[in-house]
Amino acid sequence: MRFTFDEDQREYQRVLRDYLAQHCPTTELRALWDDERGRSPQRWAQLAELGAIGLAAPTALGGMGLDDVALLLPLEEAGRAALPEPLGAVAAVAVPLLSELAVGDEWVERAAAGTAMPIVGFGAGPRVADAHVADVLLLGAGSELYAVDPTDVVLTRRLSLDPTRRLFDVAWQPGAGGELLAAGNGVVDALKRAQDRSAVALAAELLGVTAQLLDMAEAYARERQQFGKPIGAFQAIKHLLADALVGLAFARPVVYRAAASLADGAATASRDASMAKAFASDAATAAGKAALQIHGATGYTWEHDLSIWLKRAQALSLASGDARFHRERVARAVLTAA
Amino acid sequence: MTTATRDSIDLRPSDAETAFRAEVRTWLAEHVPGRALASMDTKEGFDEHREWERTLHRGGLSVVAWPQAYGGRGVDLLSWLAFEEEYYAAGSPGRLNQNGIFLLGPTLLEHGSDAQRARFLPPMAAGDEVWAQGWSEPNAGSDMAAIRTRARRDGDDWVVSGSKIWVSRGSYADWMFGLVRTDPESERHRGLTFMLIPLDADGVTVRPIGQLDGHSGFAEVFLDDVRVPLGQVVGEPGAGWSIAMATAGFERGLLLRSPGRFLAAAQRLIALLNERGRPGDSYVRDRVTRAWMNAEAHRLYAQWTVSHVLEGQKVGAEASLNKIFWSELDIDLHETALELLGDDAELVSAWTDGYLFSLAGPIYAGTNQIQRNIIADRVLRLPRS
Repeated sequence: MRFTFDEDQREYQRVLRDYLAQHCPTTELRALWDDERGRSPQRWAQLAELGAIGLAAPTALGGMGLDDVALLLPLEEAGRAALPEPLGAVAAVAVPLLSELAVGDEWVERAAAGTAMPIVGFGAGPRVADAHVADVLLLGAGSELYAVDPTDVVLTRRLSLDPTRRLFDVAWQPGAGGELLAAGNGVVDALKRAQDRSAVALAAELLGVTAQLLDMAEAYARERQQFGKPIGAFQAIKHLLADALVGLAFARPVVYRAAASLADGAATASRDASMAKAFASDAATAAGKAALQIHGATGYTWEHDLSIWLKRAQALSLASGDARFHRERVARAVLTAA
Repeated sequence: MTTATRDSIDLRPSDAETAFRAEVRTWLAEHVPGRALASMDTKEGFDEHREWERTLHRGGLSVVAWPQAYGGRGVDLLSWLAFEEEYYAAGSPGRLNQNGIFLLGPTLLEHGSDAQRARFLPPMAAGDEVWAQGWSEPNAGSDMAAIRTRARRDGDDWVVSGSKIWVSRGSYADWMFGLVRTDPESERHRGLTFMLIPLDADGVTVRPIGQLDGHSGFAEVFLDDVRVPLGQVVGEPGAGWSIAMATAGFERGLLLRSPGRFLAAAQRLIALLNERGRPGDSYVRDRVTRAWMNAEAHRLYAQWTVSHVLEGQKVGAEASLNKIFWSELDIDLHETALELLGDDAELVSAWTDGYLFSLAGPIYAGTNQIQRNIIADRVLRLPRS
């Protein structure tokens, strides 16, 4: 048993952090708010070049042949940078779904190369983030998985509280068109796993969002002076930050474990995924509130960048099931088993 | 989709750990007393618990992570975590000598001399010498550096005078470890020395103090010219503070409150829900789920920490994060049980005993407010207050 990241994974994390610090500045995040598309094709191509999108794709299709664990730290960095592009949805959900079912090789290959974005939607009339930039929508219902051309369906934009998000209701139901990619019991299970993967990917991203919120609050507490000293010298501020850090510290191993459970096909994978999403959501919303309180009125302004991560924490903690939803899933697994 | 091996995170236990866990489970099933022992904070219960420690030791399971030379099994800390899970899942008695085996023992392994390890570890492992801890004084609680108990050098002895309070297990223990001021000119953290003091020595007076449950789980210990040989100083005289912080790190971090204890309590809580919960009471159901999730998160955090320790990292001030988490988890877990019990929550039971004890969690081993200060100052490195 080993519960640490290895040096290669940490090094790759540093590479991505440096890249995103340079190529995903908040000025550009803000510029994209007013852009209908709101996504940067250049950055996506560069992330593909860095290998991030094909981490879990088979090597025969141009990927790295790794698993859910390898995606954890890259997704954390995506959260830390508030990356607008759908790294989790493509690299951690769509690519493993297609790879697992051994269908749509062409989409996997193009995804890893950064030349196409496959994005998954669940059920009839699904709400799908980033459907507008998808090259193919992988829509699953019951025991069938369809490849749907996004230009063949009506996408209705829904406004998220997070101006970086692009949410769409997709007017599609089974039988309403698209190419049948796979069918059978295997698809039912694969779609369940894809939903679990979606929860874990969001949880990993939320860890990065939480870390960034705490870093900003900590920096501000050091720099902002009141009563003749930095506000970080006051216990009221210290204790807010300490409690938020407890939340992050205990969410991390929970999220990491969930990725290992998915990769290993553990019997508890769904339970572990839900536990991860619940912990990461709670840690992020708590850190957001603490960070806002520490910034005071400054943090409440449109101009201050804190709002980028504050809203991201809120949006992602609600996406793919909020903490309460996932606790109920844990309850069904744990309470009846006793 | 099972991958063969992974270089980094792989939570599947090793074959050695699985075999050790099975051995522990079998032994416990045969040896754990069928009835609850009397409270270890009564004379009768103290003796019963000492007997149990001796039984554990005969089974080779009292200090599994210690080297074999001192009565341990030499297993790694991951296997120790597995031991703790099995230990509490089997409903085993509380550990009478926890101050010794989990706090002083590791301190001696790291900072003691060979002679001290040879003298003190074997009887500690066997339950023949039970230890109390002597940190606080009437005027040095959260402000522990305000310690005034002092010692002067006289030949081959230190001569100690002063008093220690809230001495856990102090009422019936054989020995006490703690800090005393050996440099009369010193202030605060400097000039303190880590000493091992026999509680049957001349000049020692023990006044038991009743706790909320009426039993004397702690005591005030008066020291009046007590002679302590030089060989009973751990580390260098005057360097006691940093050694005490290492001991406190064990207490707040991994060792004193291992995950097994809370996992077992969470399972009892689930059983209580199944027995007493009202169908459709989603509020209590959610609280029970939270309690289980927190106990499980504590287990994962411990595995995460141990795995980093095994790769050579030190547990520093991060131990304070853990202390806040387990103490709050323990209270929450017991409060949830009381909600389930309804009117019966007022009646004396294992749950009410556990609840009262959980209330001490945010106080002992350094209050949670002190822990938050430590996190802010030493993990986040915020400006000092």
